[in-house]
Amino acid sequence: METSRDDFVIALRSAFLKKGIQQRFSLLSLIFFSIIFLILGSFNFKIINYVKIGIKEIVYRSSFIVSIPENLLKDSYLTIQNHKKLYNENEKIKSELEILKAKDLLNEFIILENQRLKNIVDDYLVKSDTIIAKVLTDKGSPFLRSVIINKGSKHKINLGMVVMDGEYLVGKVVEVNYLSSRVLLLSDLNSKIPVIVEPNTIFSILSGTGKDYGIIQYSKKYEDIKNESVIYTSGAGNLFKAGIPIGRMNINNLSDEKKVEFFSDFSQLKFVKVVSFKKSDIK
Amino acid sequence: MTGLRNKNFIKIILSKAPVILLFISVLNDYDFNYLSLKYFSFNFSYILIFYYSLKKSESLGYTYIFIAGLFNDVVTGTPIGLSSLIYLILCVAASYLRNITLRPSLLKDCIFFLVTILIINSLLFLSLNFIFNYELSYFDQIINITFTFLFYFLFSNLFDFFESHFVRNNNAG
Repeated sequence: METSRDDFVIALRSAFLKKGIQQRFSLLSLIFFSIIFLILGSFNFKIINYVKIGIKEIVYRSSFIVSIPENLLKDSYLTIQNHKKLYNENEKIKSELEILKAKDLLNEFIILENQRLKNIVDDYLVKSDTIIAKVLTDKGSPFLRSVIINKGSKHKINLGMVVMDGEYLVGKVVEVNYLSSRVLLLSDLNSKIPVIVEPNTIFSILSGTGKDYGIIQYSKKYEDIKNESVIYTSGAGNLFKAGIPIGRMNINNLSDEKKVEFFSDFSQLKFVKVVSFKKSDIK
Repeated sequence: MTGLRNKNFIKIILSKAPVILLFISVLNDYDFNYLSLKYFSFNFSYILIFYYSLKKSESLGYTYIFIAGLFNDVVTGTPIGLSSLIYLILCVAASYLRNITLRPSLLKDCIFFLVTILIINSLLFLSLNFIFNYELSYFDQIINITFTFLFYFLFSNLFDFFESHFVRNNNAG
């Protein structure tokens, strides 16, 4: 028993104190150094801080160089991953494109059928003229939501022309000057336009609120209007062409208001399309 | 003459390979984060230090290990001197095992390595958590210990291969 304890002590002492070949310090002395570093470092001792700064300078620079091969490996790995992702995406897009092509053919058929049916019921088709205008100012009063555009009667702008942001309805022209015009936005309190809520085909009136949303009014089928339904112009009263997208229903269960969130952000308008729709003969 | 000089250069590089590898591993901090493996990490420095302190203590000087520890502290942001202490304790354990071993076996080495890294990681965890107020994930530590232990088998064989086929042959040549 005594002998095994002696062996343990001898082995341990040898491990701690024996210097190997070309070793300047024994393990014990280096362990002491480490502990001194730790203690002095925790007290923010000046010399240790200088040593730390010196080591940092060396380490950060050499770390950059040493990391080059691994970074190269990492970059190659990420490139391969990206290629793989791109390949998968491409496959997905290809299949989606096939579906869209099929849908496009169907759409073409529907358009032609629509033209034919309109011809039968003696309806008219709509032809549009577009004028691109720049929004000069949108600093409307708190009560009037309108913007001024840089096109006027000189550019053949007329009262009541439709103003669009991309494919979304923004408002209509309510004042025409020689070189500028005022556009009343859909969010204005005075704005009331005939709309259709899809799905379920509910005809209604979209009123502005003076805020950044509109509300659905004067409809008998309020309960049929679902959240996320899309609002289009109905074309009733020949004010607007039918089917221009406006916004989406955002029904809050806490209030009875049927809010409509506009697709277009009226505070971010830079350029708008002023469009006039005319009847065209079906041939 | 040039051939002889080249041979000497290769000989020096091969003999210093463990030190170079140690500093590269410390400076580079191999983490394989870009592989997005959530439950994978291992400490290559522990394996390298333990193996060379056990098998070829003359290849990896204690002073280099001490300096590597200081570098590691700067890279990982731990209190300076802590990694050195941990590495040196690992050296003590390896040196002790070398002194008491009559017939070396990989399995015994591995078990001893496991016990050692459990102790030193516990020490690291305790000191960082309770003395220096660092927050460490206990689970991550366990994963790190497990993989470090498992990888010891692999790297031990690789180092054996390297030593027997490159270093020894070159010395003999």
